[in-house]
Amino acid sequence: MPHSEPYISLKDIRRIYGQGDAEVRALDGVDIDIKRGEFVAIMGPSGSGKSTAMNLIGCLDRPTSGTYRFNGLEIAGLDGDERALIRRHYLAFIYQGYNLLARTSALDNVELPLIYKGIGKRERRERALHALDLVGLKGRETHDPSQLSGGQQQRVAIARALAGDPHVVLADEPTGNLDTQRSREIMELIVELRRKSGLTIIMVTHDEEIAEYASRLIWMVDGRVQQDRELQDAA
Amino acid sequence: MLWDMTKLALKSIFRNALRSCLTVLGVVIGVASVIAMLTLGQGSSEQVIADVEKMGTNVIVVRPGQRGMGPRAHSTAARPFNIKDVDALEEALPEIDTAAPISSQQGTIVAGTENHRAKITATDQRYLVASDWPLALGRNFNASETRSGKPVCILGQTVRQELFGTADPLDQPVRIKKMSCNVIGVLTEKGASSIGADQDDVVLVPLRTYQRRLTGKDDVSVIYMSVVDGASTGQAIRDVENLMRELRRIAPGDEDDFSVIDMKQVASMLTSITGVLTGLLSAVAAVSLLVGGIGIMNIMLVSVTERTREIGIRLAVGAQTHQVLMQFLIEAVALSLLGGLVGIILGLGLAAIGAHWIDIPFVPDPGIILLAFVFSAIVGAAFGYYPARAAANLDPIEALRHE
Ligand SMILES: Nc1ncnc2c1ncn2[C@@H]1O[C@H](COP(=O)(O)OP(=O)(O)O)[C@@H](O)[C@H]1O
Ligand SMILES: [Mg+2]
Repeated sequence: MPHSEPYISLKDIRRIYGQGDAEVRALDGVDIDIKRGEFVAIMGPSGSGKSTAMNLIGCLDRPTSGTYRFNGLEIAGLDGDERALIRRHYLAFIYQGYNLLARTSALDNVELPLIYKGIGKRERRERALHALDLVGLKGRETHDPSQLSGGQQQRVAIARALAGDPHVVLADEPTGNLDTQRSREIMELIVELRRKSGLTIIMVTHDEEIAEYASRLIWMVDGRVQQDRELQDAA
Repeated sequence: MLWDMTKLALKSIFRNALRSCLTVLGVVIGVASVIAMLTLGQGSSEQVIADVEKMGTNVIVVRPGQRGMGPRAHSTAARPFNIKDVDALEEALPEIDTAAPISSQQGTIVAGTENHRAKITATDQRYLVASDWPLALGRNFNASETRSGKPVCILGQTVRQELFGTADPLDQPVRIKKMSCNVIGVLTEKGASSIGADQDDVVLVPLRTYQRRLTGKDDVSVIYMSVVDGASTGQAIRDVENLMRELRRIAPGDEDDFSVIDMKQVASMLTSITGVLTGLLSAVAAVSLLVGGIGIMNIMLVSVTERTREIGIRLAVGAQTHQVLMQFLIEAVALSLLGGLVGIILGLGLAAIGAHWIDIPFVPDPGIILLAFVFSAIVGAAFGYYPARAAANLDPIEALRHE
């Protein structure tokens, strides 16, 4: 990949909700460039636009103005189904609330993105089993989310994110619901997986200690990037 | 992919088994009633056709008065026939094989201590020939009995059963109204007529006997004829009409004061009546199927709301609009097809019981079954479309945030 263009490039991005008096500038002129393989932590006070930025980068949303280039492709002009294809082939999400399908086995949850990728049943099964093995859930394949602890559920979500072989993983407060010990374990896992695969990771967190795992920290305030600096890369 | 989606749909249907059952209840009831109605309708038309075939499709009946449903139909004002008309028809027309007179009224028949009300049919020995109705016991009237009006009678199976039970009725005395007479024969069982009347609830007496002892009149109210094998029924009807006009001295240009019908017409009339009835009842049943469809739509809408987060997750991992649409559409169709399947089985079961109960043949029609199946698929697709579209058009971010 040529160094001339970063993998993810946000230029003067604005995302404005509502109109007139009710107008909320969730993002108000954001510039961020991210290269492949970076591990970016985004921090900032509540309401500063972190989740809005994640949704935009994750192609779930469109900016009100500005340009967003992803892997050389202009995203702002794509319609919903086209953005779905980008998500399907390049992106994966990890959420604070895990977002697993209820009453559905861990294995079926992990297979979900592979179904939409059009991967055949046998390969799907193999890849999902492998992903569950990677996150340390061998033997829990048939368990429902309700039969798993929070940490285990987040591991399933990580396995689901990895199974589809994404280029970028977007994690919005992945450890927000977990205690310190569990949070550390999850982060160790993420760092470990990144080292193996060279994933690009963008993670929102409120926790200083969690942010330490990243290679770069972006600090947001009031819909703008206030600070953007390299960290000691844990990888 | 389609197969994956179908499996997914079935999984989600069985995951919520109770709700699925309630959802499709309407479709089950709708399909079951359509199937039961149509199958019973089919059975009763076959019954009518079979009955008419039993009576003989070569039978012609003449009645006084105009045919139809109007006020003048079979009016008492129309002159009745007499036995000379019957003989004239049989003798003058080569295509008429046998002609038999019929007059009848209801009356009480008494044997020993038993009594029973039945139809008293006055005729002569030719009736059993013309109607091709065999005897189970004893013998037909003979010519001298009919000519001189002897007090003898032939019992239908129901009358025999009511009055004699399992005892032998032959040569036993019975009293018909005020007339006592001897049993000389018993008819074979004929069963219910196409309109449901018990044809075996009858006692036959010679016409002359009936006229002398019971009515005191020479009237014959119906003439019953069989057409010679191979002769045209249409031609026979025209010839009967011409001869009757002559016998009754109707001036050219005047209307007939009698009507001639053949059993084929009766049959087609009766089948068309059952057809209309079946159609009406099925239409009512089809409306309930429609209501069932609305039930599906209702629950699918609830299900979309309940599963908003699931839809959000699917959208996040890259599901496109049409894939979510298909998922819910397939689910609605699968649900409704399952309902249809249960409905078909239930409907056939009901029809089988009903057919046994009202004593008509049980005739399951593969065409109707297929139609019900296709129809329930259409109901599922039609009523599932709106909820499916609502699901597919959800915004992924809001869907994911949904509690
Ligand atoms: N769908 C929405 N409609 C209106 N306002 C919104 C919506 N989503 C977010 N906001 C507003 O945008 C701002 C940024 O929100 P968000 O990106 O969720 O913040 P963070 O994740 O940093 O806490 C907040 O003021 C929030 O109220
Ligand atoms: Mg947030």
